[in-house]
Amino acid sequence: MAFDPVPLQLTAELFPNGISRYAVGGLLVGLGAVVIYVGTGIAAGASTFLESTLSYVSDQSRFQQYVASRDWRVVFTLGIVLGGLAFAATVQSGLVTTSLYEAGTTGELYEVGGLTLWSTSVQPWRLFVGGVLVGIGTRIGKGCTSGHGVCGVGSASKTSLVGVATFLTVAIVTAQIVAALGVSP
Amino acid sequence: MPLILLGGLIFGFGLGFSQMARPEVVLNFLQFEDFGLLFVMFGAAIVSGIAFAVLPRISDAAPLTGDRYERRLKPFDRNVLIGGGIFGVGWGLSGICPGAAYASLGVGNVTILWALAGMFVGAYAQGYWRSRAAETGTAPAGAD
Repeated sequence: MAFDPVPLQLTAELFPNGISRYAVGGLLVGLGAVVIYVGTGIAAGASTFLESTLSYVSDQSRFQQYVASRDWRVVFTLGIVLGGLAFAATVQSGLVTTSLYEAGTTGELYEVGGLTLWSTSVQPWRLFVGGVLVGIGTRIGKGCTSGHGVCGVGSASKTSLVGVATFLTVAIVTAQIVAALGVSP
Repeated sequence: MPLILLGGLIFGFGLGFSQMARPEVVLNFLQFEDFGLLFVMFGAAIVSGIAFAVLPRISDAAPLTGDRYERRLKPFDRNVLIGGGIFGVGWGLSGICPGAAYASLGVGNVTILWALAGMFVGAYAQGYWRSRAAETGTAPAGAD
């Protein structure tokens, strides 16, 4: 019997929620980016939306460079929001079930008109302060987890690889410190 | 535009399915409690990587825009490190990044509006500073 519980145990420790939901979700995220790239040649990133949308309401010279792309960026973001809603309406609501999806135990589920929706337990101040830093950092750093992480790494851009290594390392250190200080959730 | 909406839909559905729309799950990764996020990022990067590598060999230009399939590499400078560092602190504190925040709103997470409001404040603040810097010509302009 070639029975070796050690690797299995290790896998369970590293991936307590399994791997499939992450891998399948990741493939879909990549597929979404590819669909756009195939049709338009655009390597889509999510964080430029923050600045391009500000160009509708602000005359700051910095935002004017995004006037040409701001319309499709709104559509892309709307698509992402609706994609999340579609997920909520199907898999999260139990309308579609698949063994590839492991339901999480984080946050809180609530029902609205037959839809199972989800809300986070992470404190608003963390979301807001973190959001401000994300807004500053992604725009100075030329990209976020989609622009650098998915499209940049996918095109083997050295700039993006360095960018990802930087924000990943800093984020890990930050999250560990915040957790060590006893801030939860 | 319909294609961009479709791409966004798949992108957002994937973020929902992979639980990246949940800040808790991202924080669990950053705290080394669940390494699943690696599969999301690299899974997505592999898919896009194959497309970025193969498409230019099949066709010269994208059918809808006529834009050439090419790698538009962002130039590296100090800002990538500075911005990446600031983003890292924000991501580590909140567990949310821009794309996941949009998807999070879609799965019903109204609380995420705090993060989205913060992101717009942050993006506006850096735009304001850099517009000023560009006008007075004191700081190097970030060309990205």
